[in-house]
Amino acid sequence: MRNSDRRLDALGLATLVFVIAGLYMAFLYAQTEVNMGLVYRIFFFHLGAVAAGFFAIIVVAVAGIAYLRTNARAWDRIAESSAEIGIVFCTIALLTGMIWARPIWGVWWTWDPRLTSFLILWLIYIAYLMLRASARDDARVARFSAVFGIVGALNVPIVIMSARVWRGISPVLFQETQQGFTFGLTPEMTQTLVVCITACLLLFFYLLALRTRLEAVRDELVALRRARSAR
Amino acid sequence: MSETLIAVERLDKTFGARWALRDVTFNVAQGEIVALVGPNGAGKTTLLRIIGTLARPNAGQIRIGKIPLAEHPNSARAAIGFVGHQTFMYDDLTAWENLNFYARLYDLPNISQRIRQVAARVGIENRLNDVTRTLSRGLQQRLTIARMLLHEPAVLLLDEPYTGLDQVAADLLDQIMADAKPEGRAVLFSTHDLERGLAICDRAIVLKAGRVVHDLSRGAWRNLAGFMEIYARVLEERK
Amino acid sequence: MKFLRQVLAIVQKDLAAELRTKENLSAMVVFALLVLVIFNFAFELQGVDITVLGSGVLWVAFTFSGILGLGRSFAAEKDKGSLEGVLLSPVDRGAVFLGKATSNFLFITVMEAVTLPLFALLNNVGMPWFPLIPYILLGTLGFAAMGTLLSAVAASTKMREVMLPILLFPVSIPLLMAAVKLTGGALQARAFADVSNWFNILIVYDVIFLVVAFWVFEYVVEE
Repeated sequence: MRNSDRRLDALGLATLVFVIAGLYMAFLYAQTEVNMGLVYRIFFFHLGAVAAGFFAIIVVAVAGIAYLRTNARAWDRIAESSAEIGIVFCTIALLTGMIWARPIWGVWWTWDPRLTSFLILWLIYIAYLMLRASARDDARVARFSAVFGIVGALNVPIVIMSARVWRGISPVLFQETQQGFTFGLTPEMTQTLVVCITACLLLFFYLLALRTRLEAVRDELVALRRARSAR
Repeated sequence: MSETLIAVERLDKTFGARWALRDVTFNVAQGEIVALVGPNGAGKTTLLRIIGTLARPNAGQIRIGKIPLAEHPNSARAAIGFVGHQTFMYDDLTAWENLNFYARLYDLPNISQRIRQVAARVGIENRLNDVTRTLSRGLQQRLTIARMLLHEPAVLLLDEPYTGLDQVAADLLDQIMADAKPEGRAVLFSTHDLERGLAICDRAIVLKAGRVVHDLSRGAWRNLAGFMEIYARVLEERK
Repeated sequence: MKFLRQVLAIVQKDLAAELRTKENLSAMVVFALLVLVIFNFAFELQGVDITVLGSGVLWVAFTFSGILGLGRSFAAEKDKGSLEGVLLSPVDRGAVFLGKATSNFLFITVMEAVTLPLFALLNNVGMPWFPLIPYILLGTLGFAAMGTLLSAVAASTKMREVMLPILLFPVSIPLLMAAVKLTGGALQARAFADVSNWFNILIVYDVIFLVVAFWVFEYVVEE
């Protein structure tokens, strides 16, 4: 067994522990919120997915910069894997957000700044993966997607910032959520939130490691085939 | 001993699972005309594009004169004249406007004089005000050759330059390549037209599956038939 | 200096080609006009205050029509391989970017210069030209910069025409949002203090888009 395999298993185990702990805490440990009732519990996973979704695009961009600098295929593998996993978390964040919004706000969707900015992020991921699918050759795919990953991530801080400005202009329901969560969290809720976000980030890293390794194995296969064809 | 103008050292290039070039090494000296021959997919175009700075190798070194290509691409570009599969011309501009545009990119002095010179050399001086779209294919090819010569490059790279040329234009091209000798340039061109290519070159480099399998100087073959014999043997091997 | 001369050469080349055919510009203007007509038609039925929705209409017209021009920008460079001709020349890739971005900016601006008065005419609204024109120019600047970069990307993919809007729109939504809010503020004659936040965002975007696009452009055009 290779050393990297052992590390991967350790990461997987840690992820499993945190996910189980997170589930337990979210459903049983944290008290029921007074105003929103049980449905608020989805928020623990929602925020975890949001964190992982944002984190993934940053990984895409950093790996993109590293790829442009070094031209090393490994960075491109990380960027591609991170984008694929990022879109999954992003989708989960959107869906859980909608499920939460339905009973609380009475609608599946509002053009709330946070929701909208997350939808934009989701669209950027989609565009990124479409670009990967439609470029002509390997080196160009890597270069183009590195560039687009950087450009896409540029939007993250400004999207957050513009959401704040936006709220300043048209006060929205969001204020209520802030009272309910940022200011109204019990210690148990805070602990649960930390565990859930950690669980999601660990899961992200675990999946990233698995997915990157799959790509690496695929590359090895290509190299073997090349070696054979050169003989 | 004349100076080496193109030095290619241990060049590797891969496209996915395929080797496009493998461990390619050769030199071209000042005043030398070298033909690149080989079957389709041997890597001729890739090699010329890499030397012309249009593509990057995975490994290996290239020097144009004393300039290392990877470190100083723009200095190298100023010394390279390139003719590729496409004309590089803007259809909606006149021939003069096209040449003027490129002359400005090369930051040349006395541009209009220079344009008139190269235009006269390829015989398009009367068509300079025509919109490129309206020029025949042969004339567009001449325009491309004029573009190549615009900045008096020390190195000429031509990828299948005879393709689509009429008899007159092909003779003109031969003349320009032959003139490169006294003008002190180095010429590297790829061709399928062995008869024409071999008639003019000093050396022929045979590429096969990305490798240099033969680097023959003129003395190695007596006539076209002699070369074909060697060439056929190369293609036969390891089939 | 050499750098600027090369940028200028690229801009003049694009202008000369466009002035000869006028294909691109006329397509852009007609398209923008069509957008105005379609929106007009929709609003007429509802009786909506044009100063409220006008900024959205204008920017839909500008960006959709702008995409047409941007798409042609590098497609034309690929037609006869002339982009390769440019790359073979001893030109900094940054100069190529600035040249192409400048001509794209100019083309979009010309289209806007025709569209804007037509919009005023068709909707019977007075135009507060002063804050309006700087806002539109600033919005166009960032859009043209990012559009130039992504047009070069899209031109090398299998689905050229489709790829450009898919790449460009999500990335430039915040920029466009700021431009729409500012334009709306101008149309409704609101005080600058009301929209100054958006103005800052627009400026930040312009700077970031220009710098990043300039910086990464070489990776997009080189092979």
